[in-house]
Amino acid sequence: MADRTDDRSQTAARLRHLLSTEGEAIYANASTLNNRRAATYAATDTLEDRRATARAIKEDAIERLPELLETVREAVESNGGTVYLADDAADANRYVADVVVDSAAREPADDDTAVDAPSVVKSKSMTTEEIDLNDALEREGITVTETDLGEWVLQIADESPSHIVGPAMHLSRKEIADLLTEAFDPDERFETPEALTRFARDHLGERIREADVGITGANFVVAETGTIALVTNEGNARKCAVTPDTHVAIAGVEKLVPSISDLEPFVDLIAKSATGQSIAQYVTMLTPPTDSPTIDFDADEPIVPDSSDGKETGSARATGTTDRDFHLVLLDNGRMAMREDDQLRETLYCIRCGACSNSCVNFQSVGGHGFGGETYSGGIATGWEAGVHGQESAAEFNDLCTGCSRCVEACPVEIDIPWINTVVRDRHNRGADPAAADFLVDGLTPDAETGGLDLGKRFFGNVGTVARLASATAPVSNWLVGSTPVRAMLEQALGIDRRRDLPTFQRETLVDWFETRGGFAASKTRASEPGARHGDPKESKQRAAAGGPDREAILYPDVYTNFVDVDRGKAAVRTLEALGVPVRVPDLPESGRAPLSQGMVSTADRQASRLYAAVVEDLDAGRDLVVIEPSDLAAFHREYERLLPEASYETLAENSYEICEYVYGLVETGADAAVLQTGAGNEPIAYHSHCQQRTLGLEAPTTALLERCGYDPQTTSAECCGMAGSFGYKREFYEVSVDVGERVADEVGSAETVVASGTSCGDQLETLLERPVPHPIELLAPDD
Amino acid sequence: MTLDTVSRFERALEALEVSFTLTLASDASEAIEAALEPPVVGVPLPFDDVSLPATVETAPTSADLVGAQTGITPVRFAIAASGTVAIESTTAGEEPFSLYPERHVAVVAESDVVPDLGAGFDRLERAFAAGDDSVVFATGRSATADMGGLVHGVHGPGEVHVVLLEDR
Repeated sequence: MADRTDDRSQTAARLRHLLSTEGEAIYANASTLNNRRAATYAATDTLEDRRATARAIKEDAIERLPELLETVREAVESNGGTVYLADDAADANRYVADVVVDSAAREPADDDTAVDAPSVVKSKSMTTEEIDLNDALEREGITVTETDLGEWVLQIADESPSHIVGPAMHLSRKEIADLLTEAFDPDERFETPEALTRFARDHLGERIREADVGITGANFVVAETGTIALVTNEGNARKCAVTPDTHVAIAGVEKLVPSISDLEPFVDLIAKSATGQSIAQYVTMLTPPTDSPTIDFDADEPIVPDSSDGKETGSARATGTTDRDFHLVLLDNGRMAMREDDQLRETLYCIRCGACSNSCVNFQSVGGHGFGGETYSGGIATGWEAGVHGQESAAEFNDLCTGCSRCVEACPVEIDIPWINTVVRDRHNRGADPAAADFLVDGLTPDAETGGLDLGKRFFGNVGTVARLASATAPVSNWLVGSTPVRAMLEQALGIDRRRDLPTFQRETLVDWFETRGGFAASKTRASEPGARHGDPKESKQRAAAGGPDREAILYPDVYTNFVDVDRGKAAVRTLEALGVPVRVPDLPESGRAPLSQGMVSTADRQASRLYAAVVEDLDAGRDLVVIEPSDLAAFHREYERLLPEASYETLAENSYEICEYVYGLVETGADAAVLQTGAGNEPIAYHSHCQQRTLGLEAPTTALLERCGYDPQTTSAECCGMAGSFGYKREFYEVSVDVGERVADEVGSAETVVASGTSCGDQLETLLERPVPHPIELLAPDD
Repeated sequence: MTLDTVSRFERALEALEVSFTLTLASDASEAIEAALEPPVVGVPLPFDDVSLPATVETAPTSADLVGAQTGITPVRFAIAASGTVAIESTTAGEEPFSLYPERHVAVVAESDVVPDLGAGFDRLERAFAAGDDSVVFATGRSATADMGGLVHGVHGPGEVHVVLLEDR
């Protein structure tokens, strides 16, 4: 327990340091890239087709990987190159070092030096970062120069990449200028990006001209032809690949695609997802050894033979072949095992565009030095690190993924990144040793977890039970947890930061209130009162209207609505009744969202089954399940696909609605919005939707409803509020959470009225803005 | 090739800040001459009745390449929607000549301008099937944002000019 407390303090201190040193530059760069990516996606009609096609190509290629490895070997060898399949980092490094030493030995030494050190120029490659190639080559006496400007800066600074695509993203212009001025002592200090770039071009140009070997990565490798696709904006990969007479390309085995035509969706997507460009500056599709002449910068002879008539085409091949050497190193390093792992396999579809990093609010705050492992960073890094470096490397940062799911629509190959994070968290939980204190929580918790799980995680994963208990004993429970000694104890034992306000539990739950009020019978009477005009949300969603136009709703009493934020539940009931829909509020099981967020998959699985069993009769009877808390709805619509039988999942997903989506459907199909509390025309309000709600595409119905009811909602651009359920309560993440939340608060702060859909979002904004932030339904609901 | 495709290409190049000349083959010498900043290295043009000015060095030494201000090459085809030119790598040196000098002048026949990436890949696949093996899709100027601001002309050309032969 003491160890765990120390861990939390250390993590908090490490993240605090990153927030203050690297956060500003990371946020500026990552959020800009994310906004550009979102704008380019929105402007691309074919986007969803392309993503689906790219995904299908990757699924097929990974399935057929052993066969593609044979194909590419034959292709490259028949072109005159060599393929080496490296088992691990040491194997790959040894092979590359041998190639470099052999290649340099064939070069005549310069006159002025007896023996030149073998030299390598490299273009950016995360795979060579993964195997620490530079260190391995330098140990063999080989000089290595990175030519991607960001990587070169890091090489000089002796730092690791903070982003898969923009490795030096964490450094400001001034820091780079100071670093290079210090390193190269120019006549005039470097100030502008232009001056820095000019210097880098000249300096690195010389290194490239002198180099014995050019090493590149590969964005894609075409098995049938042995073609390497390199995507860059600077042009350095082109230079590294064709200038020296030896080219080594290093790629993970997952980079193989079957044929040239398979490159098309990836060429279309990769720049869009990475930087929001429609296409990268240079997409090099190179089939080495290429016919392009090698250039010996010490020689005085022409590079190409003279074709004096001036008409001869290049492809007429006036001369013999050029003397080039090519090695394709394909790296396993855990990938073939990932391919066999049903949960990690999807990671291999990753094209390393960094879109998951850019769309992640926690990444935007701390960058890849916080949200990253040994090599990889951002949401997908959990899969990569678990696969290539082992689970411990992934566990270091995995908790920074809150499951907000904003990366899901950013990923060009549709990887369910939050799910990979959940699974790896679950595996890590299970791998831990049972703690002495486990027996304390075993009796209290109804979960399906084995011992050893972090007590804080277990507490948050079982929050429904806690809430039930706290509500039953309110207000005493509230007084108790409000006291200093108890807060200290909660911080010590469960890692709940004492600076965070705790929820106030209500003695009368929503379910109790509804029963006291007369239950379904009373609701039916209220819904049939004059003025309540009937609509049909199913019609508006163009779903089959199973039960005719008269709807009945089951309002889901999620943990927060039932025990804490009961008012929004009452508002939802009144709204539905006013629009002619009778409501039932049964005491339903938890959704499983809480345990999912802690990586407690078995517990969530059990809860999903219980929830489905509890609602299936109502669904079969044609009733609609209406949900206030977006994270619970997102569990029904996303994670339940993995937890329930397909037919059950479909039944639940098709018949469950977000409250404002449902109400919008009602007013669009005949119900009278005038019975609601409408705004005075274009009354401005700020609306922060919920992250998971956005991913479900359900921000729009709420804004449309607010507009229809006489408001002018301004939505936020920040992807998430940073509270994310339990995340903002945790001692190690409190400051990251507040940093993220302040960005949302800044966006909405000047608005007179602020509404938010999620409980967490409302809590976060209420704390930061120091005023009430209700759910939109509370704004719209008629008075009792 | 429809006029629409050419104007689409022109608009895309404009957005990339790539300059552009539309010329008939008979006037091409003048148009090409005007686009070059000496010294120039280049790859002979494969288009009927169009040739490089005599001042262009088509068999440069490495010193000529390093000293060249402009590299001129034909390109196999162009993609209108993105303003992309497809540079084939051959023994004649398209790859280094289009990459090393500060300025790249790409010469393309109007009949080789295809509307979009899909059509570009159709051409690419046919070219690969016919034995080509290395092609660069180059779009605009070499760029980086790694030094704290967007800068053009990093390892590749900072200026690009396209000469489009409207009757070829």
